[in-house]
Amino acid sequence: MPTLKAVLGLETSCDETAAALVDEGRIVRASVVSSQIDLHARYGGVVPEIASRAHLELIGPVVAEAFESAGSTLNAVDAVAACSGPGLAGALLVGVTAAKALALVAGVPYVGVNHLEAHLYGAWLQNPDLKLPVVMLLVSGGHTLLVAVDGRGKYRVLGETVDDAAGEAFDKVARLLGFGYPGGPEVDRHARIGSPTAVDFPRAMRGSLNFSFAGLKTAVALHLREHPEVLTSEFGVDDIAASFQAAAVDQLREKLAAAADMVNATTLVLGGGVAANSALRSSVVELAETTGRDALLAPLELCTDNAAMIAAAGWWRLQSDGPTPLSAGIDPSARLPGSTP
Amino acid sequence: MELSLISGAPLTTQAVGQVLSEQAELGDVVILTGDLGAGKTEFVKGYALGLGISESVVSPTFTIVHEYFGREALNHVDAYRLESVQEYLDLGLEERMDSSVTVVEWGELVRSELSPNRLEVVIEFGVKDDARIITLRPMGDSWLDRLTALAPVLAVITPVEERE
Repeated sequence: MPTLKAVLGLETSCDETAAALVDEGRIVRASVVSSQIDLHARYGGVVPEIASRAHLELIGPVVAEAFESAGSTLNAVDAVAACSGPGLAGALLVGVTAAKALALVAGVPYVGVNHLEAHLYGAWLQNPDLKLPVVMLLVSGGHTLLVAVDGRGKYRVLGETVDDAAGEAFDKVARLLGFGYPGGPEVDRHARIGSPTAVDFPRAMRGSLNFSFAGLKTAVALHLREHPEVLTSEFGVDDIAASFQAAAVDQLREKLAAAADMVNATTLVLGGGVAANSALRSSVVELAETTGRDALLAPLELCTDNAAMIAAAGWWRLQSDGPTPLSAGIDPSARLPGSTP
Repeated sequence: MELSLISGAPLTTQAVGQVLSEQAELGDVVILTGDLGAGKTEFVKGYALGLGISESVVSPTFTIVHEYFGREALNHVDAYRLESVQEYLDLGLEERMDSSVTVVEWGELVRSELSPNRLEVVIEFGVKDDARIITLRPMGDSWLDRLTALAPVLAVITPVEERE
């Protein structure tokens, strides 16, 4: 394997269209996420919300923006990585097809990257010298996963959701409370005003490392049907938001704590969009302090879907497995590689 | 004709889904309607069981489509986050719908794009916390025949009321 330095990463698995340039799997030279920059103003045209067509329209501008912001060009790229799953088929195809084409044009290797594994590499991006094993809690709109990381490519899935993802529960409760979308940050904001003990919502799946949020969501819906007056009373929605958030965070914390004990983890790692939640962050920090472990909380730009983690994971995958054949396709229902569910 | 039944627990909602998918035919489309927390995903969990799918079914709200493979392939679609019919069409599901069965949560938005031969399932909250009223509305002869045949089976689980 010749020395590789610069990897271009593409991420199109769900809502975000993202491109990043990362050197040696750790130095982020550019990381562009479509929702975070005003591509509309810069490149014109209508930017649709979801669906693969949005990725088609955004992938070119996002890649161009990544090169421009890094002061680099395709000629300086040593490999191209793309997220090949899990995700929405049509959306994944856009990133993978573009990555293969760019790799062909540049005459460099292509590497397909698993989205969930890439989130773990978000942690290595922050701290390349992470002492193993660590446990990572990956909580987003689409995923709720508790993983023991024993090494690069060596993972054990300890728990996952049996129904709704954590972020989905936050968004749906936000809708029940009449907050805007995305609802997670709104729940967080209202919860700071409300009382977390106003309503004793259920803490699900006690004694298991799996998660469940559907029952909690339904409990909030039922509470609001029985007490519709809280929607209009002062602090009513704040109390519900705080009580819901307390139940959700308790569940996440309890399982993270049990998993950390089980694998004797050095570090608690928190990733995914819900890792931006302030109550969850302080709960994980406090858990780490009381159990003598380190806490590694992803900064916001690495919490949510991004391509820096794809480029980083791609760089490491190239070292361990070499390039992915251009004939390889996408895998919309991919699981975490090297793991036992 | 439509059937109305009361589910007293999430597992009963699952069982209704399971009975309905035991006779699934390729190209089947089921639309699920109901408020947050009504039990749409519970229904699909049972529907998947009836198709011989052992993998656990989780909510597709964020990922929009989940594909499962059992006796037949199941497309589990959630239109909750879609904002237009065009976004649904962009998913490109149509090409594989004839060779699989499809269940669409929050399907009202895209009803116009779905097969006229379909089963509409409405789940509403009942009086008690766990109680749900499930209404099954067959559209087209195939679903009408099947639902008529399955009504006695459903009645084994929970009382079924038939309405014109």
